[in-house]
Amino acid sequence: MKKNKVVKLALVGNPNTGKTSLFNQLTGLNQKVGNYPGITVDKKQGKCKISDDLTAEVIDLPGTYSINPTTLDETIVLETLLNKNNPSFPDLVVVVAEVENLKRNLLLFSQIKDLKIPTLLVINMKDQMQRKGISIDIIKLKEELKSEVVLISARKKIGIDALKIEIANYKTWNTSPIANISDKIDAAYFKELKETFTTFSLYKSWLLITQQKYCSFLTKKQQNEIKKFTENKEQINRYQHKETIYRYQKINEILKKTYVVDKSQATDLRSKLDRILTHKIFGYVIFVAILFLIFQSIFEWATLPMDLIDGFFANLRALAKNNLPTGAFTNLIAEGVIPGIGGVLIFIPQITILFIFISILEETGYMSRVVFLMDKIMRRFGMGGKSIIPLISGTACAIPAIMASRNISSWRERLITILVIPFTTCSARLPVYAILISIIIPQKRVLGILNLQGLTLMGLYLLGFTAAILSAILLNYVLKVKHRSLFAIEMPNYKLPSIKNIFYTVVEKVKAFITGAGSIILAISIILWFLASNGANNFKNAEKIVTTQTKNQTISKEKMHKKIASYKLENSYIGMMGKTIEPIIKPMGYDWKIGIALISSFAAREVFVGALATIYNVESDNDNTTTIKERMNSEINPKTGEKRFNFATGMSLLLFYAFAMQCIGTLAIVKRETKSWKWPILQLTGMGILAYIVSVLTFTFLN
Amino acid sequence: MGETIASLKIGEHGIIENFSLDAIPLKLLEMGCLPGQEVELLQVAPFKDPLYIMVNGSHLAIRIETAEKINITKL
Repeated sequence: MKKNKVVKLALVGNPNTGKTSLFNQLTGLNQKVGNYPGITVDKKQGKCKISDDLTAEVIDLPGTYSINPTTLDETIVLETLLNKNNPSFPDLVVVVAEVENLKRNLLLFSQIKDLKIPTLLVINMKDQMQRKGISIDIIKLKEELKSEVVLISARKKIGIDALKIEIANYKTWNTSPIANISDKIDAAYFKELKETFTTFSLYKSWLLITQQKYCSFLTKKQQNEIKKFTENKEQINRYQHKETIYRYQKINEILKKTYVVDKSQATDLRSKLDRILTHKIFGYVIFVAILFLIFQSIFEWATLPMDLIDGFFANLRALAKNNLPTGAFTNLIAEGVIPGIGGVLIFIPQITILFIFISILEETGYMSRVVFLMDKIMRRFGMGGKSIIPLISGTACAIPAIMASRNISSWRERLITILVIPFTTCSARLPVYAILISIIIPQKRVLGILNLQGLTLMGLYLLGFTAAILSAILLNYVLKVKHRSLFAIEMPNYKLPSIKNIFYTVVEKVKAFITGAGSIILAISIILWFLASNGANNFKNAEKIVTTQTKNQTISKEKMHKKIASYKLENSYIGMMGKTIEPIIKPMGYDWKIGIALISSFAAREVFVGALATIYNVESDNDNTTTIKERMNSEINPKTGEKRFNFATGMSLLLFYAFAMQCIGTLAIVKRETKSWKWPILQLTGMGILAYIVSVLTFTFLN
Repeated sequence: MGETIASLKIGEHGIIENFSLDAIPLKLLEMGCLPGQEVELLQVAPFKDPLYIMVNGSHLAIRIETAEKINITKL
């Protein structure tokens, strides 16, 4: 039997070339997201069977226009390809190009080819060629590029098998460079460079000169030798420009012989769409309408599946309670684990809907138009057009949003974006909002079609954005960070979104949420349950104490049960914690039970609902089938006899959750991305103080 | 003549002349914005910034402060 060989294959390419589509075709569901050692950029990889005896470990490197990085994401490509000892260093590279922008795509290809790593060129979107009037002489192109070239259509699954056959023969690929950079720029300089580093390809040595930051893997001696070449910074800069111009000359020569576009056949859908979508009035109207559609759908479409999930877990809990033998273990399952898992899964409908929309906007190319429309406006707030994508992603989760800010090349714009993202309404706030809104806002329709609860939710989203913008203005005024802005974005052609790509993006995000945030929520639910079911002396003697207190009253057995349960909760460890902070939260309109939920949702907001569920479940011993909403609605404020969650308390809670920074995951990611504790601490205290003041004012005013 | 990409009107074309290397980031060159290439102004964002151009087959958006530094000859 033949041994199955595993090779490392890196996918490299410009953004918008369909690289991810190809990755999805090659790996299917066989993919995972990991981390590059030491940094937090997502590393997407998956396995792909190439032939009977060859398997490829496929790494999807971030999209880039050049190997010279300008953003954090792009440095990954350079670091992976430069250092042979890097654990991700590939055995072969597949450069994905797109048929319409072949010229620009070939720049990156020529750079990688010159590194002398076995490299193959894939030209994607073969199916578009005829419509765009493009024809390519593949045989000639192979010859000129000294490489294998495969035409595919990743979305239509054309050419994938041919690609695999070529990959299987990667050992026979020609690895000679295509652009001889030396003579054209400065023959003497490059001759000396070549003689100094005989073991590297010339282009690699040149990259080591221009990208000194990434040389740490070299020996001391090599690093000293590099210094000889880097004294004249201006010269290096000039040579880099010359190199790029030379590469384009070379590419133009090659394409002249191999690539023909018949412009008369091209359709002009793009410019028509651009004229409408980037129009100074219609552009904004369409953008606002799309946002409106997204938020209405999140609330309308997600309600039903969320109610189903909620009901399902209520039933499951009853089932566990009635069928398992009574004892501590059953209590843990029925009151800790099951509500905990339910509290995680209940977000899935909303996260799914949100990510479907976001990935459609990205896939179609519309997102770049939004960047274009918003750049000038965002700059007044110290951010840039590219800040829009993180801010919109922030409505799903701040963690991926902060990571998405990496393609903002100005550090100042990026820092301000990172700092204000936590104000945007993330999906962790949604369940808190959803349950509070459903309790304090009547289910009515205004103007016939608009759902009043949906409008309230939209108001909260707007509030989050407004808070983000206002704090950005403040930061823009206060922050003294040097910056050099470089803004050049590609406006990709419009495409129909691929259902497959959207599916994989949504699956990936939901999976990341369940494993990341989910494990925290589940752990906190269990800890909470433990703290609520144990306590000091008063807790242990609860039955005796309550019986003595009510000696002279006649009380039904059921009522007695409830009295004991609530006495127990009050004297449990968590009850003691809640009571301790009660004086502080009283001005906001909360009691110690809400206090417990506040403490536990400090790590993650969504725990609020689960925590209340756990608290009320521990308290009520009998009716297990009520949902958390019904329980909250029937909670009475003993002092006033009114509902505990009345309009004033509800609004105060809504606003507290809108402003407060309650997410350990976000704080951790901000620390990692800014490499300083200063910024997360600023977020935590600033947002906390704001939330407290607003809530106190709201409650005082409304009550 | 002092003409730059910023002085183009929508739909107008120009040829990029040599530009000062310090002023123009390498990335712009790498995206196809090179001396000798034809450039067309496709759209201008509200508030007259950024500019949406087509150069060397690439559709790009650049800020006006960059566009002002790229000298052209109008066609």
